[in-house]
Amino acid sequence: MTRLNIQKTYKIFIGGKFPRTESGRFYPINNSKGELIANMCLSSRKDFRNAVVSARKAQSGWASLTAYNRSQILYRLAEMLETRRASFIEEMLLLDLSKKQAEAEVDGAIDRLVYYAGWCDKYTAVFSSVNPTASAHFNFSVHEPTGVVAAIAPEHSPLFGLISVVAPAIAGGNAVIVLASETKATSSISFAEVVQNSDVPGGVINLLTGNMAELALHMASHMDVNAFVIARKGLAEASKMAVVENVKRMIDWTGKMNIQDPYKMLELQEVKTTWHPVQTSATGGGGY
Amino acid sequence: MNSKDLLKNFKSVPVDLMGVNDRIARIKSRSVKAEAKIQGLHMALNMIDLTTLEGADTPNKVRQLCYKAMHPHDQMNGIPTVAAVCVYPSLVRTAKEALKDSDVKVAAVSTYFPSGQSTLEIKLKETQYAIDEGADEIDMVISRREFLQGNYEYVLSEIISVKELCHKNNVRLKVILETGEIGSLDEVRKASDIALLANPDFIKTSTGKIGQAANMQVTLVMLQAIWDHYQKTGVQVGMKPAGGISDAKSALHYLIMVKEILGAEWLSNKWFRFGASRLANDVLMQLAKQESGVYQAPQYFSKD
Repeated sequence: MTRLNIQKTYKIFIGGKFPRTESGRFYPINNSKGELIANMCLSSRKDFRNAVVSARKAQSGWASLTAYNRSQILYRLAEMLETRRASFIEEMLLLDLSKKQAEAEVDGAIDRLVYYAGWCDKYTAVFSSVNPTASAHFNFSVHEPTGVVAAIAPEHSPLFGLISVVAPAIAGGNAVIVLASETKATSSISFAEVVQNSDVPGGVINLLTGNMAELALHMASHMDVNAFVIARKGLAEASKMAVVENVKRMIDWTGKMNIQDPYKMLELQEVKTTWHPVQTSATGGGGY
Repeated sequence: MNSKDLLKNFKSVPVDLMGVNDRIARIKSRSVKAEAKIQGLHMALNMIDLTTLEGADTPNKVRQLCYKAMHPHDQMNGIPTVAAVCVYPSLVRTAKEALKDSDVKVAAVSTYFPSGQSTLEIKLKETQYAIDEGADEIDMVISRREFLQGNYEYVLSEIISVKELCHKNNVRLKVILETGEIGSLDEVRKASDIALLANPDFIKTSTGKIGQAANMQVTLVMLQAIWDHYQKTGVQVGMKPAGGISDAKSALHYLIMVKEILGAEWLSNKWFRFGASRLANDVLMQLAKQESGVYQAPQYFSKD
């Protein structure tokens, strides 16, 4: 007897759950021969709004985990991805990536997660500073996460590109809402299954699928988003202006996916500088 | 009439849970947009009883809340005030003074709120004190202790006593059932019917002091009880769901429910209230979104 294949329903990922888009809309993803590979959610601005609420709720808890714990969780993501390497490659082959390209996508993504896992508990030590002062004060600067980050992931690199945007943001204690690749979103959403099984608190990573032209302006103008990352060509001028209007960070990583360094984390950090009087204790001898 | 006579022919009305859920699902599937949404949001804001009921409440905290009640968001034009400020009796005078130039009412919780575990004598004394301090409205709790033992006569006679005291002083009375403590929807309906026999001005779901606060199921059952009471006696009674309603979208769903079950006569703050503290800001954020087209952030709205 022949067996009927069971198709996966690709949904979006908000607050650690897999809802359908509230709009009920979808769009087809086809391969180059025009065959239907999957139907994806065509997310609306309301899905984005819901994701911001989830991200905002989750962010402070994520940032207050110990850096070591965040590091472990990022490493766990890499472990989970490694065990599913074959299925991710298979999924991308359906969308006409070559075997070599698909392998590079998955391996690059795993390595990138491990790289930023390593930086979680080191970047503050490396980049914070004790600043010179002219009075009896300490003055030091430390990095703190900027908060909720909205990002548009690259179009042609559905997994590696996505993770290159997500990893530096969450390693530094931010929560993200990412609009995945439109035409190759299948492996982006499968990555959400990895996230859900890796102790990442719900709401820290949120993934939407849909159309950049429709959503970018809402992502850029939302007052409760602290930074906007664009890693795809073709962002409308109006969206750039909207980012400026409500004074959030605009970070352009278009074409910069191959750069792997801790400075990407710093772009999504605020620097807090604090003054503190130098304490002199009677028993301790001189100043601290 | 005394409570014994009122309860002589009392019959409990069973509630069809599936029917309730089905009706709520249909109400929730409605979408209110554009102008109707703005009108609904204004209405919801104007129906809020802005509430603070903490042991840590101080006169200054209450004054700040009163300012928020009168000026929810001065950056926008045409924003109504909330309906009332709801506080403990010892802070009524402070609130009354802070609100003296406005139409915002002062509601006081009374009758040994939130547990109700005291004697009628003390409850009446406390209510009298709140009224003397200047309360416009009294939010009383029913005695769940007696209700759960089936002593409905006691429950009703207590409500009647408090009501007589309130109405003698021209003060409106809300009766809190604390539905989270009385059990199934059948019991909620029974408690509503008993409270309604006293003809109070409002019945109210919860104190907000326990985990389970207002939800749509309980509110629907209580609204239906109000409607049946109105059909039977012609006496209009208001409704106040309290606690747990924190977003504008749910508030609109509640308004749709009121309109459908009771009709437009109930759609003013004379007959419908939301007991809430967080709802006001979400409603304001949605109104600002409608005006500016941009989704808002909580930090641009005063906390209280």
